[in-house]
Amino acid sequence: MKTRVAVFALLIVAMLLTACQPGAAGGGTIKIAILAPLSGPVPTFGVSTRDGALLAIEEANAKGGVLGKKIEAVVADSQCTPDPAVNAANKVIEQDKVHYIVGEVCSSASIPISEIAEKNKVIQISPTSTNPTVTLNADGTTKKYVFRACFIDPFQGTVMAKFALSKGYKTAFIMFDQGNDYVRGLAEFFEKAFSEAGGQIVGKESYTKTDTDFSAILTKVAESKAEVLFLPDYYNIVNLVGAQAKEKGVTAVMMGGDGWDSADLDVKAADGGFYSNHYDAADTRPIVQSWVANYQKKYNSVPDALATLAYDATNLLLAGIAKAGVDDTDKVAAAMETLNFEAVSGNVTFDKQHNPIKSAVVIAVKDGKKTFTASVAP
Amino acid sequence: MFKRIDRNSLLFFGVTIGFFVVVQVLILVGVLTPFYETLLRLGAVYAIVSLGLNMIYGFNGQFSLGQWGFYAIGAYTAADITFRWTNQASTAGLTVLLFIVLLVGAAILILYKLLGRLRGLDALSAFTVYLLAAFGLAVVGVKIGQVVAIPLNSVLAALPAGIATTIVYVLAVIIGALIAAEVSFLFGLPVLTLGSDYFGIATLGFTIIVKVLLDNSDTLLGFEEMKGARGMIGIPKVTTWFWVFLFLMIVIVVVRNLLHSSYGRAIVSVREDEIAAKAMGIDVGHYKTLTFVLGSFFAGLAGALYAHINGFLHPDMFNFIKSFDPMIIVVFGGLGSVTGTVFAAFVWPLVLEGLLRQILPPGFETWRYVVYPLLLLIMMLLKPNGLFGNFEVPYLRQVLPALRKKISTERSQAPSAPAVKEVNG
Amino acid sequence: MNSTKAVSPTPSFIEMLVRRRVLRTFFLVFLVAVVVWRIGTALWANPTLFLQQVIDGLRLGFVYALIALGYTMVYGIVRLINFAHGDVFMIGAFMSYLAIARVQLHLWPTKVFPGISPVLASGIGSITVILLSMAVCALAAITIERVAYKPLRSAPRISALITAIGVSFFLEYFGALDFVFTPNFITYKRPFDVTTWVFGSGGVQALVPGQAIPENTVTFSNISIIIVIATIFLLVVLQYIVTQTKIGKAMRATAYDQQTARLMGINVNGIISVTFAIGAGLAGAAGMLYAIAFPQVTFLMGVLPGLKAFVAAVLGGIGSIPGAFVGALIMGQAEVLSAAYISTPMRDAIAFTILIVVLLVRPTGIFGEAQREKA
Repeated sequence: MKTRVAVFALLIVAMLLTACQPGAAGGGTIKIAILAPLSGPVPTFGVSTRDGALLAIEEANAKGGVLGKKIEAVVADSQCTPDPAVNAANKVIEQDKVHYIVGEVCSSASIPISEIAEKNKVIQISPTSTNPTVTLNADGTTKKYVFRACFIDPFQGTVMAKFALSKGYKTAFIMFDQGNDYVRGLAEFFEKAFSEAGGQIVGKESYTKTDTDFSAILTKVAESKAEVLFLPDYYNIVNLVGAQAKEKGVTAVMMGGDGWDSADLDVKAADGGFYSNHYDAADTRPIVQSWVANYQKKYNSVPDALATLAYDATNLLLAGIAKAGVDDTDKVAAAMETLNFEAVSGNVTFDKQHNPIKSAVVIAVKDGKKTFTASVAP
Repeated sequence: MFKRIDRNSLLFFGVTIGFFVVVQVLILVGVLTPFYETLLRLGAVYAIVSLGLNMIYGFNGQFSLGQWGFYAIGAYTAADITFRWTNQASTAGLTVLLFIVLLVGAAILILYKLLGRLRGLDALSAFTVYLLAAFGLAVVGVKIGQVVAIPLNSVLAALPAGIATTIVYVLAVIIGALIAAEVSFLFGLPVLTLGSDYFGIATLGFTIIVKVLLDNSDTLLGFEEMKGARGMIGIPKVTTWFWVFLFLMIVIVVVRNLLHSSYGRAIVSVREDEIAAKAMGIDVGHYKTLTFVLGSFFAGLAGALYAHINGFLHPDMFNFIKSFDPMIIVVFGGLGSVTGTVFAAFVWPLVLEGLLRQILPPGFETWRYVVYPLLLLIMMLLKPNGLFGNFEVPYLRQVLPALRKKISTERSQAPSAPAVKEVNG
Repeated sequence: MNSTKAVSPTPSFIEMLVRRRVLRTFFLVFLVAVVVWRIGTALWANPTLFLQQVIDGLRLGFVYALIALGYTMVYGIVRLINFAHGDVFMIGAFMSYLAIARVQLHLWPTKVFPGISPVLASGIGSITVILLSMAVCALAAITIERVAYKPLRSAPRISALITAIGVSFFLEYFGALDFVFTPNFITYKRPFDVTTWVFGSGGVQALVPGQAIPENTVTFSNISIIIVIATIFLLVVLQYIVTQTKIGKAMRATAYDQQTARLMGINVNGIISVTFAIGAGLAGAAGMLYAIAFPQVTFLMGVLPGLKAFVAAVLGGIGSIPGAFVGALIMGQAEVLSAAYISTPMRDAIAFTILIVVLLVRPTGIFGEAQREKA
């Protein structure tokens, strides 16, 4: 009984202590929350996102912050899962009194966060959630306070379909993760654009994100003699599929989306493949060069797509705040709608549904190098 | 005797209603922010599903890992009903599911009576009969429901929007729970014949099967609005602290009264020793089924309430790894202790989602899931029988004749007593 | 179910239904017919493709077998479902990755004996790496057993189970920290190159990279062969240890009755540690083989193979070593064939449906003994 009382008392004391923490509102800083899946199934995406956003904040602070105030980052773990995402969002909004959220990576977490953000008039910009409903209400209207920094699916899928056809490929096999919105969206729009423009889809197979053995599907790919294997997933799946495809005698050219962009992409497994991306790391624009150089200096690795988008998202948000001139989310949201900002991934403006309008590039993976092959405007 | 029970009940209800009022007032004046309110609502939901599991495992000795699957069924069923009402102004979901529930439920009850008289009918054969009946009647239910929906639409549309939504919501929650209970009956019928660990594994499999089906709910099952692995949006967020507390209180009272009845003693006797219980004339299979169905009913109820907290459902929520959560809560609180389960269910989200978020210094956000299992390990090493052991608050306490020595030492916290290896033979 | 005496005389037709278990048979025959029909049509439509899938399934099954053995041994001796076993498997994979990529341990024969033939060198090098990861996993398992499970040996079984879940979470997310392993997906560096052979009407020939597979042939790689050989070798060693040595005898005695074993002078705690170590060693080997076959390591890689292997162990009858092996082979086939011919997203559901159906027919698994009623 004593231990029970002791544990209980301890808990209550701890709760009170934390509840009474000075949560709010020093006039001197602007707080930005970074919600990222630091635990759960994809912490590697979370870490990239956090690092990209933190670098943007650090650089802005070095330049004197925004509106003359320093920026303070509040990082919370949202686990790529609805429940922790809701708790993390509630926590940063209420305990830390943030007005701006960068995050989440996964649509399944971004959607519940966006509803809380909308309710509390907190601006959310998701770096990488492609699901249309992140920025839309259930009735189809746009959420006033929610933006995103990534392409939505139709664009990239169409880009790659056109690119494949321009290379003279006529048959394609699509592999996609049934449970991943991003992958599924790209696959759907690739299929549509490819078959409408005269290509032929010779096969379509789905897998789940925890699969590691793709031999059953790859055997079918080899049987189908497709010229293109469209695999719009993240690099981890690409590495696995690529390595196994070579063993299975698959000769199709692999193609994918920006999920491929990572220092951890196995260039040997993906050799001969093409993917669409936001930017070319060899681009001579100063913002691209300084981004790649600074990231490398700070974290000792090449930035992946997630870090880049988090960096862009944070910068877009800061530009919006600067443009509005006040720390008032209504005005910032209005300012962001008319923003025209030069980001790493090109010139960004937002459309009516708060999706960015920007161009894409196609990168080729060949002999261990990633080289720029084409640029596609929206 | 009477007086004592009365006083205890009064005390119990006084304290709980007081607690409810205090929390409600704190929410209204804004001291308890939505952050803590959400955690409290989640705590109540966890309490309901964990009480169901405690019934099954703690009191009946069936090692079930399937509660999370029933939770998912309840959540998606209720969400589908309220989704159709708020977004499509249609009660088709409500009526169809209502008639399915009623028809299948009636069929199960009748068949249970009839088949119970057939001696030597093995579980798998019985399962085939139930399955055929359930499928047939479900088809009939769909047809009737679609017809009835049309007049009901206009009736509900005539009511003020708030009241109509509340009616649909409460019915949805109950239907969600009933569907979970009926599925658990069908599933439990053959599977309950398995030995304890095998039963646990089969139910774990059930959770995984449900999750995979939900992943493909839009393509394979044909429920467009559930959006498969994209996550279901547009569910009204109507589960308030009042509703979760009300349902939690009902569940606690039901559990308490059941356990204090002869049914409860029969249920516990099955846990203690199946063979002895059988020898005493207790229909072991019947009580196992009863407890399993009731526990799953609670799981479905909790799921249905949960669906309307965030207004968003995603199959990843119902991952098999999460299915250990109620088990952790039950063991943490004390196996076979209602008080402990409820307490642990509130503490668990407060610690994991609340406290650990607050106290970990910046830069250590990735450590949350390192600290949590360590806490779990320390807890288990210090108090292997759970925080409360078999302690109950007076209202829930049952005055029973002393148990056999072996069992009572296992369940008590006397440190000197030689503990016993197995809970479930 | 109910045994009321006052049964009205049942018609002989229903009596026949009940006695002959007609409905049950009907139900099972229906299920089996669906499966046979699917497999049969697949086999008929393209026999070589089917054979190819079976070979791939075998490769997967053999890896599962190594993991399943650890589950089954530990369960057999302490009746604990060791959920952390899959994470020990992950540790094995990471250890071999670190040994190969950071230390280049697999190259030591060429450094020490420069004139050695490359095949022999990579063989000895890989065996060294696999022994290292087995040893590390064994050590990790003994530590886990001593710290987390041993103090709970006299507590209710469920406490140990919850502890196992806690250990599993801890290993995963502690491993995900930057300075331990990493949260990233790491491409695994194989200690030797992959060679694929094509087997068809023209005999066996090596496949040139980038070349398409000829019609009506079956491919297999040196990886599959190595996995099969390594698994069979380890299985034989294990079978030898369990049936022929003194330790094996002590293990069987402990599994049968701990109290009596202790009375017979067996060091029960030591035997339990040894069991954990052997099981973890096999998981370590499996971790490396799995990473060679599917070249990626990540901190969550042990969860699903662990679960599948566990299901395999249960399917074969948990506690039985040949059972675990057969169960794993069935799981491998079920997974690959259902991915190939039924539905890839549904394959986990199908694997568990098979498990449940098998358990309903044989309640303690294929090779399981009838459960002894323990007091």
